[in-house]
Amino acid sequence: MPYQEEHPWLVTGVHGGSSVAILQAPENGWPAGAERRIRERPAAIHKEFPLAGQAVGRVPVQPETDPQGLVFGTVDDQARARLLAVLAEVLPAGALETEVERLYRHGDDAERRGVLRALSLLPDSSVRLGLELVADGLRTNDPRLIAAAMGPFAAEHLDQAQWRQGVVKCLFAGVTLSAVADLVARTDSELLRMARDLAEERRAAGREISPDLRALLGMTVLMALVPPRAEDDRR
Amino acid sequence: MRFFDPMRIFDPHIHMTSRTTDDYRNMHAVGVRAVVEPAFWLGQPRTGLSSFTDYFDSLIGWERFRASQFGISHNCTIALNPKEANDPRCVEVLDVLPRYLGKDGVVAVGEIGYDSMTRAEDEAFVRQLALAVEHGLPVLVHTPHRDKKAGAARTLDVVRESGADPGAVLVDHLNEVTAPMVADSGCWLGFSIYPDTKMDEHRMVALLKEYGTARILVNSAADWGRSDPLKTYRVGQAMLAAGFTPAEVDTVLWQNPVDFYSRSGHLMLDEDISADAEVVSFAGNSVLRGGS
Repeated sequence: MPYQEEHPWLVTGVHGGSSVAILQAPENGWPAGAERRIRERPAAIHKEFPLAGQAVGRVPVQPETDPQGLVFGTVDDQARARLLAVLAEVLPAGALETEVERLYRHGDDAERRGVLRALSLLPDSSVRLGLELVADGLRTNDPRLIAAAMGPFAAEHLDQAQWRQGVVKCLFAGVTLSAVADLVARTDSELLRMARDLAEERRAAGREISPDLRALLGMTVLMALVPPRAEDDRR
Repeated sequence: MRFFDPMRIFDPHIHMTSRTTDDYRNMHAVGVRAVVEPAFWLGQPRTGLSSFTDYFDSLIGWERFRASQFGISHNCTIALNPKEANDPRCVEVLDVLPRYLGKDGVVAVGEIGYDSMTRAEDEAFVRQLALAVEHGLPVLVHTPHRDKKAGAARTLDVVRESGADPGAVLVDHLNEVTAPMVADSGCWLGFSIYPDTKMDEHRMVALLKEYGTARILVNSAADWGRSDPLKTYRVGQAMLAAGFTPAEVDTVLWQNPVDFYSRSGHLMLDEDISADAEVVSFAGNSVLRGGS
């Protein structure tokens, strides 16, 4: 079975309806205004966070090379990251995590993606929460959430077993491995074994080997000598 | 090769959570490019708040993604439905509604209204109408299946007293008996086309001849019961067979839902929809040019 037919969203696009013509932007200069309002009253983020898509649109940051926005995210992801960075400046540890968790748990698909993509901007006090949210994102079957979960925060903080599962989940879900931060640095022989097994299963089933899986298998020659990292090794 | 006449369709009321990916595929094949999924009862009664929030979250998350894979833009309406407004364990959901009403793709408060016309339903209806006014959102009003005429009349009284703009209120599941009073009220008229019950496509065409195409929405209301997600398409076919122009079909099946739900400011449509089924002027008539 051709790889793209398994993942119809690779053709239809998944960054959401982004017809700017139909959406009414809340105001001109929204990003600066929203940041100011959050500095003045941090709780304002709950009103501003959902507005990002309407205010700045929802198109991928680099549509030419990343039409789904899975690698570099979307313009509303970037806007939400700025809001979270401001929130992290004005709220102390503890209060910050309470609000970030609410934004994620009460968020729609785009807002959750925005939180996941911004985790690496948050202070060390947010690592525990970040790990919970990444695990939540990786439990979904939504490629945008899976891709967002495997960004720089996951590269830095996921333990090796979780990280490998995340990479294989990307392969299953059709998410390009370009979305996985620090792929080469964290790849170990155990991940390559998992990739070989996956390829064998797909060949047996007469299913196409995706370019990403093929590329990962290509690393086998170079990486097979690298011993697997300990399961609880975070770097 | 296309097996169907090109037609772009917006189903303004369909419960896709209960439908399969084959339905999405078939809907896309006949021209459905956008849907609104109103929050409603799931057949099995809910027993608490988190069942509602998980459901609402799927309407603004997973279901939206599911639809996008088939080239269909998915929007929704959020509310405590009339049936479950009678269960005290569910009423607290009213307190969490505001956090959903400012979100992208949440295009109305609904379905609200009456099921058995109880006091509890009254309270939930009035409170949610007020929420809609406060958030500047349109309202999708369900009319009861039993005692429909009296229910529709009482519904319109409550809407009038709420101060909501009738132009932002859609009264749904109408038929020949209840349509006239809603037409007089200035509210939008919604018709659900079902295989056996409610309306069928030929009665719908007769009503369109009587009332014209303004302020009228046609939906399949397909859900977990016996229903047909292609009923909007069948209405389009029946309209063409009865002599309506393609432009009139487009008004009912596309432009009217877009106009109504755009009032929210939250409607999400894919940018390529207008290119995919573009209306072009041809020999004085508007014809629909379908995509591949």
